[in-house]
Amino acid sequence: MTEKFDSVVVGAGPAGIAAAYTMAKAGLSVLVLEKGEKPGAKNMFGGVIFRHHTEKLAPEFWRTAPIERHVVEYQYWFLSNQSHLLVSHRNQRFNGQYNAFTVHRAKFDPWFAKLAEDAGALIISRTTAEGVLTEDGKIVGVATERGDVRADVVIAADGVNSMLAKQAGLREETPEDATVLAVKEVIALPKQRIEERFNLGPEEGIAALLVGFAPGVHAGFMYTNRDTISIGIGVGMRDLDESKRRPNDIFEQFKNHPSIAPLIKDGELKEYSAHLIPEGGYDYVSNVSTGGMLVAGDAANLVNAINWEGTNLAMTSGILAGETAIEAKRKKDFSSASLLRYRQRLEDSFVLKDLKKYRDVPKFFAANPHFFTQYPEAMNELAYMWHVVDDELKQDRIRRMKAYLFGRRSRLGLLRDAYHLWRLFS
Amino acid sequence: MSAQRTLTIEDKLYRNRYKVDEESHLWIKDTKMCLKCPFDFACIRVCPTDVYKWEENKITITYDACVECGACRIACYDVGWKNPKGGFGISYKYG
Repeated sequence: MTEKFDSVVVGAGPAGIAAAYTMAKAGLSVLVLEKGEKPGAKNMFGGVIFRHHTEKLAPEFWRTAPIERHVVEYQYWFLSNQSHLLVSHRNQRFNGQYNAFTVHRAKFDPWFAKLAEDAGALIISRTTAEGVLTEDGKIVGVATERGDVRADVVIAADGVNSMLAKQAGLREETPEDATVLAVKEVIALPKQRIEERFNLGPEEGIAALLVGFAPGVHAGFMYTNRDTISIGIGVGMRDLDESKRRPNDIFEQFKNHPSIAPLIKDGELKEYSAHLIPEGGYDYVSNVSTGGMLVAGDAANLVNAINWEGTNLAMTSGILAGETAIEAKRKKDFSSASLLRYRQRLEDSFVLKDLKKYRDVPKFFAANPHFFTQYPEAMNELAYMWHVVDDELKQDRIRRMKAYLFGRRSRLGLLRDAYHLWRLFS
Repeated sequence: MSAQRTLTIEDKLYRNRYKVDEESHLWIKDTKMCLKCPFDFACIRVCPTDVYKWEENKITITYDACVECGACRIACYDVGWKNPKGGFGISYKYG
């Protein structure tokens, strides 16, 4: 098939589908290539999709989309060997105005892709894009195992490992310190059991972030689905490499933590998955355009690791890429100068504004892993000291708590950490 | 099967659905480099699905266990990595 489309989108994830839908709705001819046997087959995340940004494409999508639960509570767990300190926020307003929904990507993504299909895009699965076609220094299509496809603009939404963006010279290999390896299990439990364990109503869910169980910069995550729990870890590739530990061993240690194990007890493992997350932030955002090509979603490293946002950045970048292509088509100009408008659109949107705001955060935490190790441990130890009832006088207790804290981290160190956190986020 | 019992990676992968190609999508670019691996066998260590093993003075690749995360590619530039052919490889039921 040597066919010509207005646009070929590579990857039927949130970014690719948002782009395809936007362009198809405006009357462009759009082909979406998906390497998996169907959209979502290769996709894994924590995780949640966000109401606000998904609704820009599909108003009230939760009525028909295969969602699992809407999140009513956000939990932050600080773990130590034998203990945890839990901070959580539950709010009935999340029942009135939904904020985020847990989903299984292999179920949600096909539904999402159908939106683009219904708008007129052609979606072909089981087709791997093997490379870009170039003519006179401009990208004019993609080569697939079934033949070449030509297009005025190629949208590379081929994920964190984006072969196309690399081949087009728009990005380099992501370095270890800007990449997180996520490993996850889907564990089945009866619906009622999940609702009892997490104190949830029939459609309510939790999203949890957990730190303090491994060396280096790391986080655990836990999401309740209808009758499964998604549980996993994210470990910085640099920390993983330096720790000399195996990802599965860290994961097992996390799952067997005495505070975590009861939550997944008697559950049946349904799936074991792994994926990279490009968490380097603003400084690692790739070049996003060249003549005849735009890059969206994880392929451009658009992930906000601080707020755990990814799918919304993917969808929004997809929409903006789509709009740029529509504009270029109107001007009949797909040159690199014309497509530079995409970068500007991203800079003007929350996508790059948020990443820019937090641009120093990834480096800061990489250089200060004690936020993930010493602090959770100290918080637990101090909480324990505070709660033990014995003959010790409170004045001695307080003195001992202070001695413990300042023994772990000097007064200056604590002040410095507080100052830096304030600076990073304000 | 209880989730608390420590499952081996093999046990876990048994739960996944794959369509296995006859040809590997992973390879070692320069096998001589492995003999003096400068990365302390990072490919073996970082892989969440035990794809890489050191057997008889070379890296062996069980590519049919691969979930295509790309960790090995980040950890060592001597790993050759491409997407499996369309429809092949891991096919998540949940994701």
